[in-house]
Amino acid sequence: MLPTNGSAPDISNQIISGTDDPSLDLKKRFRLGENIIHVLLIFAAAISILTTVGIVYELGKEALNFFSQISLLEFLFHTKWNPQIGDFGILPLLTATLMTSFIAMLVALPIGLSSAIYLSEYASRKVRNFLKPILEILAGIPTVVYGYFALTFMTPLLRSLLGKDLVEIYNTASAGIVIGILIIPMVSSMSEDALSAVPRSLREASYSLGATKIETAIKVVVPAAISGIAAAFIVAISRAIGETMIVAIAAGAGPNFTLNPFRPAETMTGHIVRISGGDLSYDSIDYNSIFAIGLFLFFITLSLNIFSQRIVRRFREVYE
Amino acid sequence: MSSPIFEDYSTQNDDFNSNLAGRHRSGRIWRLIFQVSTMIGIVALIILLFNVVDSAFGYVAVENEINPGELAINDIPVEKLHQDDLVWILNQYLSAGLVRRLESESSWEQRGRDEIYTLVIERVINPAIVDTWSLTESVFQKKQVFADAAQKHPGASVEFKSWLRGSFLITPQSPEPEQAGVRTAILGSLWTIIITIAFAFPLGVGAAIYLEEYANDSQINRLIQTNINNLAGVPSIIYGILGLAIFVRAMEKVTSGAIFGMVDSTTTNGRTILSAGLTLGLLILPIIIINGQEAIKAVPNSLRQASYGIGATRWQTVWHHVLPNAISGILTGTILAISRAIGETAPLVVVGASTFITFDPDGPFSKFTTLPIQIYQWTSRPQDEFRNIAAAAILVLLVLLLTMNAIAVLLRNKYSSKV
Repeated sequence: MLPTNGSAPDISNQIISGTDDPSLDLKKRFRLGENIIHVLLIFAAAISILTTVGIVYELGKEALNFFSQISLLEFLFHTKWNPQIGDFGILPLLTATLMTSFIAMLVALPIGLSSAIYLSEYASRKVRNFLKPILEILAGIPTVVYGYFALTFMTPLLRSLLGKDLVEIYNTASAGIVIGILIIPMVSSMSEDALSAVPRSLREASYSLGATKIETAIKVVVPAAISGIAAAFIVAISRAIGETMIVAIAAGAGPNFTLNPFRPAETMTGHIVRISGGDLSYDSIDYNSIFAIGLFLFFITLSLNIFSQRIVRRFREVYE
Repeated sequence: MSSPIFEDYSTQNDDFNSNLAGRHRSGRIWRLIFQVSTMIGIVALIILLFNVVDSAFGYVAVENEINPGELAINDIPVEKLHQDDLVWILNQYLSAGLVRRLESESSWEQRGRDEIYTLVIERVINPAIVDTWSLTESVFQKKQVFADAAQKHPGASVEFKSWLRGSFLITPQSPEPEQAGVRTAILGSLWTIIITIAFAFPLGVGAAIYLEEYANDSQINRLIQTNINNLAGVPSIIYGILGLAIFVRAMEKVTSGAIFGMVDSTTTNGRTILSAGLTLGLLILPIIIINGQEAIKAVPNSLRQASYGIGATRWQTVWHHVLPNAISGILTGTILAISRAIGETAPLVVVGASTFITFDPDGPFSKFTTLPIQIYQWTSRPQDEFRNIAAAAILVLLVLLLTMNAIAVLLRNKYSSKV
């Protein structure tokens, strides 16, 4: 990762200062300004480390307070989350999160990968230059706008297609679908990068054996880029799990242990937003509980991200 | 096809040829699937924008408590009446106690004619929107809309309303959707973003310079790099929780302004613009660093060598040669990061954005709300009119973001030819 350019010019100085001329002192001089700047830059880079330490420390500290009152087993396996009467089982929140993420993946993975194959293998340069900025715009729209979209368009659409009795006003299906739409550009652009990195010679070898374009794309190019595509998928899952505003607006308020995508259910992120919306008093069990959920969320997304980096490093085919 | 090999091949492999049509057919089908998938993204974008615009304009049915026609004096309509006549109307229609209270707040002379006229509209005529229609309904089913309105709200007048209008931008928040505006939210967003930039830009660029120009390939520097890549993938709500714990709570003395003796009258705790700006700063720091590194990497090494060659120090080389050449890339990345910060909602809810404030924020230590927060709150209300103003606010936000992205593209185009 770290480049080696910009190496300091101190070797030449020593050689030159070896001359006999005493008036010519070209030794590296001590410069206070340079050193101060160096220290400041190190400090700037260290802020990122401090952020991570801060996240782990603060989340961990408050979560410890939480777990001193609620046992870890109850937190992980109890099926009710109802802070008023002291029920703190994360399962209802977790199932809602998994459900929205799963639905999002059903939407984003096939569509994202297909459009990546189209952009990298089929589209002409002109078409690509037209389509990619549009996908970038889609990725740049704030998630709260997607939340509005889910509530005012996707939910009414689902209700008119499937019946108002089946689909409730707040439901995980419409939130999941819209998260999927949000993630399409990400899956598409990461997969396309992986596909474009496959050398041309592989495709030409395939054509020369008589393979058609689609056979080349699916049987040669996609397998060759599979590590990059898998990494894109995993990052997409992590993004879907951490997505907040869409579920806070469209998925419903109130934990609900259900696997029915047409019923309201509150996800982990949605719960954090709702609980902290009011004036939360410090050191209440509610306050501690959002840190416990946050820590849980942080570990899930962090391990997914690290996993995806591992996959890229481990399974990448290196050409040339 | 004079070559004998080809002839042999094509005649002896009927299987190959008979199969070929089918393979091409499936190729065409897949190609169509790929094309349609690509189009879905674009269609989604169009529907999303259309859906917003559709709600931001359209017919509304307005019911007045008192018909403005009744208020005309000597056939002069109410909007042309003199100040004294308007005061007379107030006295006539409102309770004596209310009039006295209004007058004690600020006398009629002080208020001037326009303000009294507004009072007459708000208090006497008191228009209320009783029904709304979307833009598509208003354009394509105009007759239906009027018939509906006449049937359901006989006393109401139907008029075309653009929820996004000049006064929407300059009026503060209000519990009445017709009078609510985004002034406080826009000012809150601007204040927050200024703090975010002041915090994240120098630190982000500094870290990028360190990692690209100073750091050697040691264990600790590799750790910093990996750490930054991982931080970019942390969900934004986690930063909100971090901001709540560190900026709002642990650093309450600083973020509430107590330490500077500048506590704002509106809030005494740490839920201030400063906390929000710093939280968003931490959030976009990894993005600025990563983009900055890319920009610095793109500066040709020969420039550095030439600079060192004539005896420049490392910082002189960075300041006079590397940065000027990388600045367009750094700025582009920063603008994109800032537009991400402008649209962020979740971390600010957690940090403690106010749900309802009607006054302008006047410094880093005051309570705040931002544009996305405002959209979130209006969207979560059940009444239709709040959906309409949410749509109008979304348009404001999207125009803001689009402008910033356009600036980023222009910057990229302007400077990219130089190196």
